[in-house]
Amino acid sequence: MSVPVALPKWADVALIPFLNISLAFIVSGLVVLAIGENPITATRLMISGSLGSLNGLGYTLYYATSFIFTGLAVAVAFKAGLFNIGGEGQAYFAGLGVALVGLNLGFLPSFIMIPLCCLAAVLFGAAWAAIPAYLQAKRGSHIVITTIMFNSLASALMGYLLVNVLRKTGSMDPATQMFNPASYIPRLSEILNYLGVQMAETPVNLSLFLALFTAWLVWVLIWRTRLGYEIRTVGANPHAAVYGGISPARITILTMLLSGALTGGLAINALMGDAHRVQLEFTAGFGFVGIAVALMGRAHPLGIVLASILFGMLYQGGAELAFDQPKITRDMILVIQGLVVLFGGALEGLFRAPLARFLARFSARDGAKNSATSKGSA
Amino acid sequence: METFESGVFILSSGIRLAIPLLCACLAGLWSERSGIVDIGLEGKMLGAAFAAAAAATYTGSAWAGFAAGVLISVLISLIHGYSAIDQRGNQIVSGTAINMTAVGLTALLGNAWFGQGGRTPALKGAERFNPIELPFVATLDQVPFIGSIYHHLISGYESITYMAFACVPLTWWVLYKTRFGLRLRAVGENPAAVDTAGISVRALRYQAVIICGVLGGLSGVYLSVAQAAGFIPGMSAGKGFIALAALVFAKWRPWPALWTCLLFGFLDALAIRMQGVKVPGIGEIPVQAIQALPYLLTVILLAGFIGSAIPPKASGTPYVKER
Repeated sequence: MSVPVALPKWADVALIPFLNISLAFIVSGLVVLAIGENPITATRLMISGSLGSLNGLGYTLYYATSFIFTGLAVAVAFKAGLFNIGGEGQAYFAGLGVALVGLNLGFLPSFIMIPLCCLAAVLFGAAWAAIPAYLQAKRGSHIVITTIMFNSLASALMGYLLVNVLRKTGSMDPATQMFNPASYIPRLSEILNYLGVQMAETPVNLSLFLALFTAWLVWVLIWRTRLGYEIRTVGANPHAAVYGGISPARITILTMLLSGALTGGLAINALMGDAHRVQLEFTAGFGFVGIAVALMGRAHPLGIVLASILFGMLYQGGAELAFDQPKITRDMILVIQGLVVLFGGALEGLFRAPLARFLARFSARDGAKNSATSKGSA
Repeated sequence: METFESGVFILSSGIRLAIPLLCACLAGLWSERSGIVDIGLEGKMLGAAFAAAAAATYTGSAWAGFAAGVLISVLISLIHGYSAIDQRGNQIVSGTAINMTAVGLTALLGNAWFGQGGRTPALKGAERFNPIELPFVATLDQVPFIGSIYHHLISGYESITYMAFACVPLTWWVLYKTRFGLRLRAVGENPAAVDTAGISVRALRYQAVIICGVLGGLSGVYLSVAQAAGFIPGMSAGKGFIALAALVFAKWRPWPALWTCLLFGFLDALAIRMQGVKVPGIGEIPVQAIQALPYLLTVILLAGFIGSAIPPKASGTPYVKER
């Protein structure tokens, strides 16, 4: 039992995650049944609400964009054996970077302004991860605890800034004023309408392609570069890494900075693509969705993109569902998300041993048959 | 006299605010001392708060609410325990899952059952824990200072509050003075040694996780059936994470846990009190600054500026018997 249960690759990559996620959805269905609604109707409503119209699809992809960024952030940290639970706070702080540029450098043209805002988001996101990274690498304090603390610290700091410093004068709403339009990332609906294709206005914007490109970059980084190799080595065995001449402290800090920088994508998508101003708690828990997405996508960029689209469907479809069936509130999304993390992450090994036993019996029978036939022919 | 009275008032509201932290912090202490990291305290608190309020609404009894809250919290704990002990799953992931599910499920069920946007109906009379007046309050009231302290600072809390305080010496005594406690601490430091001595690591950890569930349940019950009169979605409001901070700050020890939770409770009471108040020479202190203090202090501690916080050695790592 102490040896990890060996399974064929196809079972490991596809079957096990499929079984785990299915279980999460079955339990979610039971929850829907328990509150007296029909899970099949609910599923149908969710799918039609998220994919059934261009409008729904637009929102689905908008959410997916944010999740790709936060999912990648969690995954990159995973690769180095780190659990960055602080994506929420890092993305929130990244919003401050976007605001500072978007509100103050209005004289710049779009083609300079947009990259500058993105850069600010990335730098601020990384900055918020820097202290936990340093404490983990040099002081040995656990990254999970410090990033949790930094989520709350970001919430307090941003709350203070939005209420007392950045708030639009004369407004009660704790939010900044609108950014300069030069910082707006074009929405797909605007571009399509310009090209003559009719599409209702939805918040999905060009950062979707930035997210996909970033996913590819992360893949290149992790599996095709020296730094990626070092990150994976530290994640697999920090002691072995030392023998290989790799400094785990350096890799820890670099990886966390990278992870924090990736969460900046959430601020880019949500603020520059949609809201165009910073509101209280604009991150809306999407930093935590990254954990679910990364687990479900098995920390692989391609898996993360697919899982993000699924979670985009959940968020958009869940909103539509809550509209049609008021009993199933949007809280259902969080339940599904939590169950996906539970069955897809923490109880990941649930099916492993039974499946291995099942497959072993299967191959044993096969083997017996083979030896029997070979004996017969001899 | 007036400053004295308001000081007593802040202290007593600080104690009230410290109770959920204290229960959750002790819950985390039991779990982590046995080697199971628990960041799902927030979820336990919320689950217990909802179960307690719902049961109290249906039965009309605060104690039924108490039982339901503790039961649900223990169940949540057992899920975490199963994942961490038997499945050897990642304990952080499991805790995260519990937090997410609890936030969603309590609000979802609350809305489906009571139709008040996730709230439970307001609890009245015997449906909730009411303040107890200790004997001799009226007599001692005549005495200046001491009377006020006795009346407002020592007497006048709900029974759960006194229970929570009693849990501190109890935890200390069991952990440090009994065989069970010694084994439990050992299993969090060096499970292989405990195993070699012929004691079941698995059983010890499950016991710890159940105690953690009971204490976590206590904090949730306090929130919805004693402090407030009913459940409100998300009412734990990050208290589970402050408790976690307090646990680190207390370096996983029961008495320091008490002082830390009281400190954090007083800070919270002070933050409420300081709203809009101008301090001479400084001006208005932002509420957020005081609210951020527990986290800031913990980070400073973790940075090694005030001593060092070293967690139990085996915490977070599943025990594999034959290695």
